[in-house]
Amino acid sequence: MQEPAHTHDHEHDHGDHGHTPHAPPQPDEKIHSYYQVLGLALKELLIDKGIITADEVRKTIEFRDSITPATGAKIVARAWTDPVYKARLLADGSEAIHDFGLDMGGTHLVVVENTPAVHNVIVCTLCSCYPRNVLGLPPSWYKQREYRARVVREPRAVLAEFGTQLPANVEVRVHDSTADMRYLVLPMRPKGTEKMSAEQLEALITRDSMIGVSLPRDR
Amino acid sequence: MPEFTPGTRVRVREDFPVGHIRTPVYIRGREGVVTRKFGTFPNPETLAIGRDGLPAKALYEVRFRQADLWSDYKGGAEDTLDMDIYEHWLIKV
Repeated sequence: MQEPAHTHDHEHDHGDHGHTPHAPPQPDEKIHSYYQVLGLALKELLIDKGIITADEVRKTIEFRDSITPATGAKIVARAWTDPVYKARLLADGSEAIHDFGLDMGGTHLVVVENTPAVHNVIVCTLCSCYPRNVLGLPPSWYKQREYRARVVREPRAVLAEFGTQLPANVEVRVHDSTADMRYLVLPMRPKGTEKMSAEQLEALITRDSMIGVSLPRDR
Repeated sequence: MPEFTPGTRVRVREDFPVGHIRTPVYIRGREGVVTRKFGTFPNPETLAIGRDGLPAKALYEVRFRQADLWSDYKGGAEDTLDMDIYEHWLIKV
């Protein structure tokens, strides 16, 4: 039986049934920005000149992609369950993450602890400094001007838009990372999780809770 | 340059040089308190133009009261903002 030509876009197996093939994909309409073109040109020049190889670029991207918020969650869960590790992490974050095979490279990790009295939030108003070596790439909103401009002058309003309401007597402390330091928020361990293992706790620790715009899940 | 010990009250230089400046405009001229010294680091202002960044500059964490930064601040009276600032941008009050 001949199937009618169809225009819907559901996923299905294009086996050997003999209908007219779907139309060819439309050309990519994305236009590169000036700086994307500049970056691509620089990469191609460096490869042409033999300074770096395409393989090295790909490996670097793979390494970057291997670091995700789950990496940061392991650090936080360890701090929640191991007081000695927590003390090390707060004293020297760059050193403490070596336990997980991580390294800050040319920057330094400063871990700031949320307490019943202080709630920390991270931003970089000048650019997009972010603890990439422990959380991976930043979310797009973190890099946008709206978040960067607003979280320093109306942090509670921004937190509320993330669904985070803090009591007025909690000090909201915004960290504007302008220099060589990268910040990671150590959220408070939720009540009722006392019997959970570090592995179970990791599932509660979200990216946003380590930036400070939200709290960890409580179950 | 003398060290700023934690607790020292400082004002950020109100200056507007051209170049790669890591001291945001909104904090220039404001007063806060040094909370810690992170160490010394090559100066990003000269690193950015292909120099060696030397002499290295001390980098401090300075804490500001939000109410001192924004006259219309709506939030807790205790809310603060911490910023990393190099020594040559700080003046002891």
